[in-house]
Amino acid sequence: MRLVVVGNGMAGSRLISEVRARDPHIKITVFGAETCQPYNRVLLSNVLAGSSRPDQVHLLDSSWYDAHHVNVVLGSPVAHIDRETRHVVTEDGRREPYDLLVLATGSEAVVPPIPGVERAIPFRTLDDCERIMRAAERARRAVVVGGGLLGIEAARGLAGRGLPVTLLHLAGHLMERQLDVEAGEVLGETLAGLGVEIRTGVSADSVQEDGVRLSDGELVEADLVVLACGVRPVTGPAAEAGLEVRRGVVVDDELRTDDPSIFAIGECAEHDGNVYGLVAPAWEQAGVAADVITGGKALYRGSRLVTRLKARSVELAAMGETQLTEEHAEVVRFSHRARGTYRKLVIRDGRLVGAILLGESDAVGTLTQLFDRGGQVPGDRAGLLFPGLSSAPVADSPVLMPDAAKVCQCNNVTKGQIRACWEAGARDVAGVAAATRATTGCGTCRDAVEGIVGWLCEQEGISV
Amino acid sequence: MTAPVKTHCPYCALQCGMEIGPELAIRPRTDIPANASGALCQKGWTAGELLTNGERLTTPLLHGEPVEWDVALDYVADRLSAIRAEHGPDAVAVFGGGGLTNEKAYHLGKFARVALRTSQIDYNGRFCMSSAAAASGKAFGMDRGMPFPITDLAGADVVLLAGGNVAETMPPFVRHLTGPRMIVIDPRRTQTAKLAWLHLQPTPGTDLALALGLLHLAIADDLVDEAYVAARTTGYDEVRTSLASWWPERVERITGVPVYRMRQAVRALAAAGNAYILTGRGAEQHAKGTDTVSAFINLALALGLPGRHGSGYGCVTGQGNGQGGREHGQKADQLPGYRKIDDPAAREHVAGVWGVRPEDLPGPGRSAYELLDALGTPGGPRALLLFGSNPVISAPAAEHVAERIGALDLLVTCDFVMSETAALADVVFPVTQWAEESGTMTNLEGRVLLRRQAVTPPEGVRSDLEVLAGLAKRLGHTFATEPAEVFDELRRASAGGPADYSGITYERIEAETGVFWPCPEIGHPGTPRPFLDSFATPDGRARFVPVQHRPPAEEADEDYPVYLSTGRVLAHYQSGAQTRRIAALVQAAPEPYVELHPDLAEQLDIAAGDVVRVSSRRGEAKAVARISDAIRRDTVFMPFHWEGANRLTNPALDPTSKMPEFKVCAVRVERDS
Repeated sequence: MRLVVVGNGMAGSRLISEVRARDPHIKITVFGAETCQPYNRVLLSNVLAGSSRPDQVHLLDSSWYDAHHVNVVLGSPVAHIDRETRHVVTEDGRREPYDLLVLATGSEAVVPPIPGVERAIPFRTLDDCERIMRAAERARRAVVVGGGLLGIEAARGLAGRGLPVTLLHLAGHLMERQLDVEAGEVLGETLAGLGVEIRTGVSADSVQEDGVRLSDGELVEADLVVLACGVRPVTGPAAEAGLEVRRGVVVDDELRTDDPSIFAIGECAEHDGNVYGLVAPAWEQAGVAADVITGGKALYRGSRLVTRLKARSVELAAMGETQLTEEHAEVVRFSHRARGTYRKLVIRDGRLVGAILLGESDAVGTLTQLFDRGGQVPGDRAGLLFPGLSSAPVADSPVLMPDAAKVCQCNNVTKGQIRACWEAGARDVAGVAAATRATTGCGTCRDAVEGIVGWLCEQEGISV
Repeated sequence: MTAPVKTHCPYCALQCGMEIGPELAIRPRTDIPANASGALCQKGWTAGELLTNGERLTTPLLHGEPVEWDVALDYVADRLSAIRAEHGPDAVAVFGGGGLTNEKAYHLGKFARVALRTSQIDYNGRFCMSSAAAASGKAFGMDRGMPFPITDLAGADVVLLAGGNVAETMPPFVRHLTGPRMIVIDPRRTQTAKLAWLHLQPTPGTDLALALGLLHLAIADDLVDEAYVAARTTGYDEVRTSLASWWPERVERITGVPVYRMRQAVRALAAAGNAYILTGRGAEQHAKGTDTVSAFINLALALGLPGRHGSGYGCVTGQGNGQGGREHGQKADQLPGYRKIDDPAAREHVAGVWGVRPEDLPGPGRSAYELLDALGTPGGPRALLLFGSNPVISAPAAEHVAERIGALDLLVTCDFVMSETAALADVVFPVTQWAEESGTMTNLEGRVLLRRQAVTPPEGVRSDLEVLAGLAKRLGHTFATEPAEVFDELRRASAGGPADYSGITYERIEAETGVFWPCPEIGHPGTPRPFLDSFATPDGRARFVPVQHRPPAEEADEDYPVYLSTGRVLAHYQSGAQTRRIAALVQAAPEPYVELHPDLAEQLDIAAGDVVRVSSRRGEAKAVARISDAIRRDTVFMPFHWEGANRLTNPALDPTSKMPEFKVCAVRVERDS
């Protein structure tokens, strides 16, 4: 069988490794529009921030293809799909036959049609990233247009390089699709503290040599303008070939388009009305498609989305339906804006259907997993938001400790036994150790034993 | 008896030094580094009762009836010969243990290959540290649990312990950890985790993802020791690329460990002047245990730790002779000296010492669980000789294992108490125990120690070596019975192998309070830190091994919605055959329990003290509920010292080490009505 994959990004490269892991024999050809081997787009914000080098984000070594007998054609976008003869045709005219075809063409950056926009650099690919970094070296001020996930990561990254940054956002608060108003504001305050000026509710009218002109006429000065205005699925060849395309290429639970020999996965695909813009669903889809292609029976049933901002010193996780109000759900909220902390749980029918966690929190792992698994939310909501809160206080004072409390784990010695030992005449740790073996194992109870002996002596007015 | 005799504790791999005095009084020794501070745990202090607790077997049993030794030995030898004659040599299997002395482990392997000529020999160490052993072999070319003296740990700034609870399993170990900052990875806030500066509490079965996330962060945050990687390792680039898929936010979602906690851990390790990464069973007892350890070793290599004085990677071996037990030939694929049984040079050398032809030595046999699983099946062994193990309690899917054992034509055990498995045996040989015999043990540091006989054994019992010699004689072979004589032969058999004991003698061990292998000549000082100059690989460099995380063999689902993890409690050792017979230990930990989080207990309407039924796809167990917020909400914990926990566990095997997945399976938890 001949499998052709169009797109060598996160979805396409994942698919070929998943197929190869299941079947060593299928003939695979993959076409990549970019000239480099596949890289992890999630890590581009690290590259922009300077914490990762561009060569640290590759998902596969160039030697991988030979070692796994995969034919890879880089820098060669596919222009047409000839469904009649089952061929794909690249822009430079190469025709490649397929038995099964997977479209993993991803999406492209939305560039708003405003005057001078060509002066700005979109933030989407590794090339974009390198262009921005080069420009940042000479720049004195930067503007990022778009206050979604990517725009915030870009702004934080540039600010981390010491560049003054202004973030322009059309909506009333940042990441309005994932966050409620208050969370968006707290996030803005946190970013402001890190050197990112936040301007919400503003619209860019044009990009000029000296900055971005807003619709109210104000000029926001900048000599570097980065665009993060969202993405749109790349569906051109699919639409032209007559496949059903709405926002994305429409697929069923096997990730097949309406042509059973053609699959679509990742950001170019639309499943059950959803086009996902995150990597987790793309990889889930790649796994399912690889299974189906190799004869398995896996089905894709949609993904739960957890958005995790990757920006140094900003911890933000948002998942599910974060905007529901008390009318429709149980909402548990804690806000401490002075510390940049905001935590919100949205619970319906005893299940966690949404959450926002802003600021460092040990709850993030538990909540993400609870959301992913659709598990029952425990009655103690506070304990969920504040791990450790419900732990019983440790009675380390010898006065408060009950006699049955185990003091020495290694030798199973209780406070009562130490008291008895003291009553029998032992007046120091050595005496207690000789009689009970307390402190002779790991040794970590020595202070506690000392405390108890000291307290007993004090009770009796004996100085030690 | 007059003067106290210097020996070692009968239990764990720390092998604390102790003296046995008149009236069997136990006192810690101060000349053995493991417990030089004079420490012992409750198991050690009460070990003397093992010798006197009245449940001792003192006469051979044939189908439950006491018989003379010759009758029992004749019977077994005749049955073995008959089964071999009818079904071939592989119809007889041998199963050993990680608590046996080096001399016994060595003779067990020799007995299987020379007297029985069976390939079917393995041991319970497969259930212990086999994953770490495999990963260390891949990375360093050699597996010596901790390739440094235990006392080196105290000088470190940071110690990361992945899946180990030393405060309960080997308490005196903690005394070596009072200096460093401790980072503990464990789904439970154990006694050890409570001592930690940082506790990472991952979902069971996700340690591998966590290790990948930590290394990803080390690379992303520019904390890799590039000079070390360039000078002392190979394979880094491929590993680095493979880690681009394991960014911390993805790992957080899988493990439940917050990214900022991972970052704290990696930064602390990287900032430390000296640091150690240690793994225990929690990380290793998985169907991906070998890869998990490889991931932690990769992290250690990236940070430049192994082979540096004061830093390194080590496996915290569990059983008393877990280290030595894996070196001298009771393992399915090994010959003495940690040699590979499929290596022609190794076969020739060992055959020479044994006086047989290399071609007469069998090849590799089944691994422990595969062996137990094959018992009594067509093509599987029909007879089993069992030494120092109690698989009815300690093997995964224990009911199935008991069924397989029940299908045997002949089960022979050597025991000093009536263990649960011995109770099923056709023949039970009553044997000597630790203080009644001499022999060497190799502790978790790779330090070879000598246990001297301290007391006279009860009348009627013989040593395992004598049992082997008695059987060997009836099968036409002569085996020595004196431990010192057997050790001298072991030295020759190990000469030139990775675990070379040829320069070690009983006298040296006593004079030097232990000798580190490899020790190839009498004049050689032993090797406390074998990797300082180079690793034991052909090019002397440590190897990075690219690995990928994968989910546990069995995930929680609607039918079995909770994870089960298993482990130890302080008062008991392994299957509990010894410790469950000691009054003070029974008092400290009288019964099996299941630990669950208050939120889970509330959801399941379970109160502390309720009897709870825990079931998996393999079986069912009952235990008393203990409610504790020290455990994750999605997980319950059961100690494995009693019958029950291992009825539930999953025998899914690691493809390399053949380690079963003891540490995670899916269960249902209900109040027993």
